[in-house]
Parts: sequence; C-alpha cells; structure tokens
Amino acid sequence: MKRYFHNFGERLIVGLLTLSGTVTSLTVLLIVFYLFKEGLGIFSMSPVEEGTAIAVNKQNPVKELSASQLKEISDQNITNWQQVGGPNAPIKLFRIDDITEYYSEEELGADFEFVPQRINEIVTKNPNILAFFPEEFLAKDFPGRQIFLDNISVADFLGGREWYPTITPAVRMGVLPLILGTLWVSFGAILLALPLGLATAVYMAEIADSRVRNILKPVIELLAGIPSVVYGFFGLVVVVPLIQDIFGLPVGETALAGSIILGIMALPTIISVSEDAMRTTPRAMKEASLALGASKWQTIYKVVIPYSISGISTAAILGIGRAIGETMAVLMVTGNASVIPDSFLEPVRTIPATIAAELGEAPQGGIHYKALFALGCILFLLTLIINVTVDLVSAKKRENR
Amino acid sequence: MSFHDGKSSNQSKRLAQSAAFTIFRGLSFSVVAILFIILAFIIIRGVSVISWEFLTEMPRNGMTAGGIFPAIVGTFWLVVGSMLFAFPIGVMSGIYMNEYLKDGWLKRFIKLMTNNLAGVPSIVFGLFGMALFVNRFGFGDSILAGSLTLGLLALPVVIRTTEESLKAIDDSFRIGSLALGASKWQTTSRVVLPMAFPNIITGLILSIGRVSGETAPILFTVAAYFLPRLPDSIFDQVMALPYHLYVISTSGTDIEASRKMAYGTAFILILIILVVNLLANWLRKYFAKRVKMH
Repeated sequence: MKRYFHNFGERLIVGLLTLSGTVTSLTVLLIVFYLFKEGLGIFSMSPVEEGTAIAVNKQNPVKELSASQLKEISDQNITNWQQVGGPNAPIKLFRIDDITEYYSEEELGADFEFVPQRINEIVTKNPNILAFFPEEFLAKDFPGRQIFLDNISVADFLGGREWYPTITPAVRMGVLPLILGTLWVSFGAILLALPLGLATAVYMAEIADSRVRNILKPVIELLAGIPSVVYGFFGLVVVVPLIQDIFGLPVGETALAGSIILGIMALPTIISVSEDAMRTTPRAMKEASLALGASKWQTIYKVVIPYSISGISTAAILGIGRAIGETMAVLMVTGNASVIPDSFLEPVRTIPATIAAELGEAPQGGIHYKALFALGCILFLLTLIINVTVDLVSAKKRENR
Repeated sequence: MSFHDGKSSNQSKRLAQSAAFTIFRGLSFSVVAILFIILAFIIIRGVSVISWEFLTEMPRNGMTAGGIFPAIVGTFWLVVGSMLFAFPIGVMSGIYMNEYLKDGWLKRFIKLMTNNLAGVPSIVFGLFGMALFVNRFGFGDSILAGSLTLGLLALPVVIRTTEESLKAIDDSFRIGSLALGASKWQTTSRVVLPMAFPNIITGLILSIGRVSGETAPILFTVAAYFLPRLPDSIFDQVMALPYHLYVISTSGTDIEASRKMAYGTAFILILIILVVNLLANWLRKYFAKRVKMH
C-alpha cells in the first residue's frame, strides 16, 4: 500500500514537472497566435475610418480613389479631378461639419432626422463634390455614387512610406520608415558597440590578470542590469543636450542619441558572449603559437580571434537583436519622427517605440490597434530570424570541432 | 621575415604588442568609465532628492512635488506577483529539462522555445499580455495581468539559471543516491536540489532586479499614469517606478519642475539594481565558501 502511494506521488510530481516544462513552449505558441490573429486582421480592413461613407456625384466618371490620393486631396495637394482621372474641374470637398454652411439647424431637424435627405440634395446639386460623412446619414435612395477603397494590401503595408495611422478620411499605414528607422538605429548602435565590446572581451579573456577581471565582471553585470528606462532618462538629460550642442541642431533627439544609448545597452551582451567564445580557444593552440615565437598579441589576432570568430559573430547578432527590440530608451531619445532616415542627426522612429507610444490611444479592435499588432509580428519575426541565425552559427561551430 | 633582422623585428613585435595592449586596456576602462559616469550622475543628482517624505508620500501638484510611495508599492506587488508565478514554474521546468527529459527532439524543441521566449522583445510581451490577460481573460489593467506578463518575461531567465545550477552538480551524487535505493524524485529533491539551491536563489534575486525595472510589458497591462492611492486587490491598477520615471521625464505637466522627482525615481531604480547585484555577488561568495568548508 505504501509502495503504491509512493509511486503515485512520484508520478504526480513527474506530471507537474512535465506541465511546467511545457509552459514556455505554450507561451511562444500563444504569442504567435495572438500576435498574428490581431496583426493579420489589418489586411481585411479598409483604410477608411470605420463608419465613414465617401461619395461623389453620379455624373463624375471617377470610380476609384486610393488612400494616398484621398490624403493628398484632403491636404489640398490635389485640387482638380483631372489629377485623379476625372474631368477638368476643381474638387469640392464636403465634410459632415460643413453641412451647417448649406442648411440651418431647423432644416436639419432637431434630431438630425433630415440630414440624409440634405446630403442627397447637396451631392445632387454639386457635380464636383467629394463628400465624407458618417454612414448613418447614408439615405436608402442615395443619388450619388459611393466610393469604396481596397483593403490594405501587404505591399501597401510593408512598402508604404507614410505612417499616418489616425488621419481621416483614410489612414496611411506604411511601415517602411519604421522598419528602416529600427534597422538604422540598431546598425549605428552596433557600429559603436562592437569595437568597444570586442576590445573589452579580448582584454578580459587574454590580457587582464584575474584582479582586473574581478573588477570588470561586476561592472558588466551592472551595465546589463540597469533598467532601460534609466538609460533612456540618462540619454534624455545628458546625451541629447550634448548632441544638440556639439552639432548645433535645433533638437538633440536624433538617431545618433538612440544609437549611443543602444550601443551602451548592447555592450554587456557583446562582451560576455564574445569573451566566452574566446575562452574556448584550446590552450594547446595558443601555446603552439607562442612556442613558434609569436608574441602574445600576434597569438591573439592570428589564433584566438580567428578561432572564436563564430562566437564573435554570434555576439554581434545578439547585440543587434537586443537593440532592435529595445523600447523605452529609444522612445525617450530618438524624437520619434516617422520619416525614412538618411542621417544620424535626424529624429527617427522605431517599431517598438511606435507600439509603446500609440497602443494606449488605439481603440481595441480598430485598424490602428491591428496595425500595431502587425508591427509586433514584424518585430517578433525579426528577433526570430536573429535567434535562428545564432542557433545555426553555433550549430555549425559544433560541427567544425 | 629574414634571419638577419631578427632583433629589430622582435623589437617591432614588442612595440606592436604594447601599443595594442594599451589601446585594449584603454577601451576596457572606458567601459568602466561609462558605467561610472551613468551611476555617478544619477546618484549625485538623485540622492539629494531622497527624503522620508519622498519615499512615503503621494505625488502632488501634477507630480512635481510630494513622493513616489504608490509607485514603490506598485513595483513591490508586481515583483511579488511575477515571482510567485515565474519562480515555481521556472524551477520545476528547469528540473524537468535537466533531470527528467532525455536527450532528443522534445528536449531540443523545448530548449529552442525557451531560447526564443528569452529573445522576444519586452514590448511584444506587453502586446501579448494586453491581448490575452487584459482583453481575452478580462482581467483589465490590473496587478494580476501585469504580474503574469512580467512573470512570463522572467520565466526563461529562471529556467536557464536553474538548468545551469543543476548541470553543475556532478553526476556521481545522483548515481550514489540512486544506488542507495532512493527514487528519482528523492534523489532530485534531497540530493541535487539542496546542492544547486544557492545558484538558483542567486538567479531568482537577479531576475527580481530585471522585473522591477521593466517598463514596456506593464505599459498596457497595469501601469497607471497617476493614481495617488494604494491598491485594494489584485484587480487594481497601480503606479510603478519605471513607468513613473518615463512619465515624469517625458510627459508631465511641468517637465522642468518634475525633473527633481525624476532624478529621485531614477536613483531608487539604480539603488534596487545595486542592492540586487551586490546581494547576488555576496551570496555567490558566501555559498562558495560554505561548499569549500565541507
């Protein structure tokens, strides 16, 4: 009997342990599921604000307008129907707020019950009109022609150069500036961090005595431990004003500020991973080199560094990964302008910063909300690629041994 | 290189070496300098802000005066909540992977997934926590949702440290215990775990440091912009130190006036990290000594 309970308890524990072991896998699968469920939803949505009707006069030959054309029209950059394939006539914009210019409050009715009828009249009377109004005011016998926009396509989303997720009547959701901004800042960060990190790793692995190493180790652990929001704060009060002064810029919140802070944040990863790699250099190889008359320095750059090159690449890739996913520090120091970057002295906006800054304002389930989840998908895929690459590099290294 | 100029080549070799070593030493110490500058800057500016009032009072006047008490309490509950979730599951998962799971595709798969989870950016945890805990489970913005999100983020760290601590235990202990007739679980719980315990605890302490400073995962799952009262239940929103620092340094009503409060908050965050790291280092040394004495 005792034996039986003993076995039972043992099995229960194994069951519990197994269950715990599956939690991380389950979480990753759930993250993928929720991210993509919400994110892919954007491709079945129209860029027009939900519940908005767009209409023209029946005589107008224009049957289609794109989201970018709508934006240009609403910004008054396009003012003639000819520019969008119609007759040579000025575009007459009508928004629902303008209705008071046409009719008195009485004519609209106390509960706006006559508004649909009035819109009918306005659209019929003005052949060059382009009207935006809430769908609830769309009459059953609407005499104009409604214009429907195509759903947001994958190409629009990934290749679009404009990120205006909240403008009316039609949003612009091009993530190219955000993707490029992320890569730009991360690239700058790694450019700054790699030489510094590698030098430190070489110094710790090969040159420093154990006393110095015992000082450096906790320093690097501390650097890794400082919260990103503190790095962001430091960047905001020290690095940003410094950049502004040195380069004489109107604002110091630039890609450079982001790269500097991210570079510092990537240092611990780069140092510890590449130091570990250098430490695996077999002693025999180093001693053979020294015995052949090479100096310690020659041994380092002819034997140790070539031997640990895959570990060093892993370090660089992981450093980039750390930089790509970093949110708060970047949000606080890069200025967050969603333009395609062409200099380190301009503000940029990264994917994580966009999510962090905008998700709070995006109504749940709306197009903006879904777009931000789609950005999360892109970010997830980027880091997945990085993890898989690291896995492949280290697998190859094992093979080579 | 020919034989004749052996001497001068030796000299230039030595020169190159000492030049290279000097540069490397300089670069390494600049890393130390960077850390020192950041710490010194925040500690010097922050320490003068710290007072009993700052630590125990509610923020006042649009967060430009008063204290950060609710943020301290909020962060405390988030750390407790996330560790209650991540620690047992993480340790059990680590035990399962190292002691029970045999080498094979399943182990490789779980390892890969754990590594992937460790690589997921913190803002993605925030998105996920919002979609699952806040919206799907209906917890709303709450300590519960925030703790679970932070717990998931800390999980891979706990699993890894547990696994590594277990791996460091020599197999002879396991074999000896099994040979004496102990069952697998008896061996794990009475022989292996007590030996690995110090390192596991050190890992736990370090993950507390990580969790207390994370901002992105709590943005949409729990953090309140301004909430000058303490939580009553796990379904309440709370303020949290890292989010508070972000808010008062970027979007307060009067950024100049609240800068002082920001230095104080940053100081507290740095202090937590310093204490956590020192404690972990001290524990490591303490346990190492004890093991040696045995």
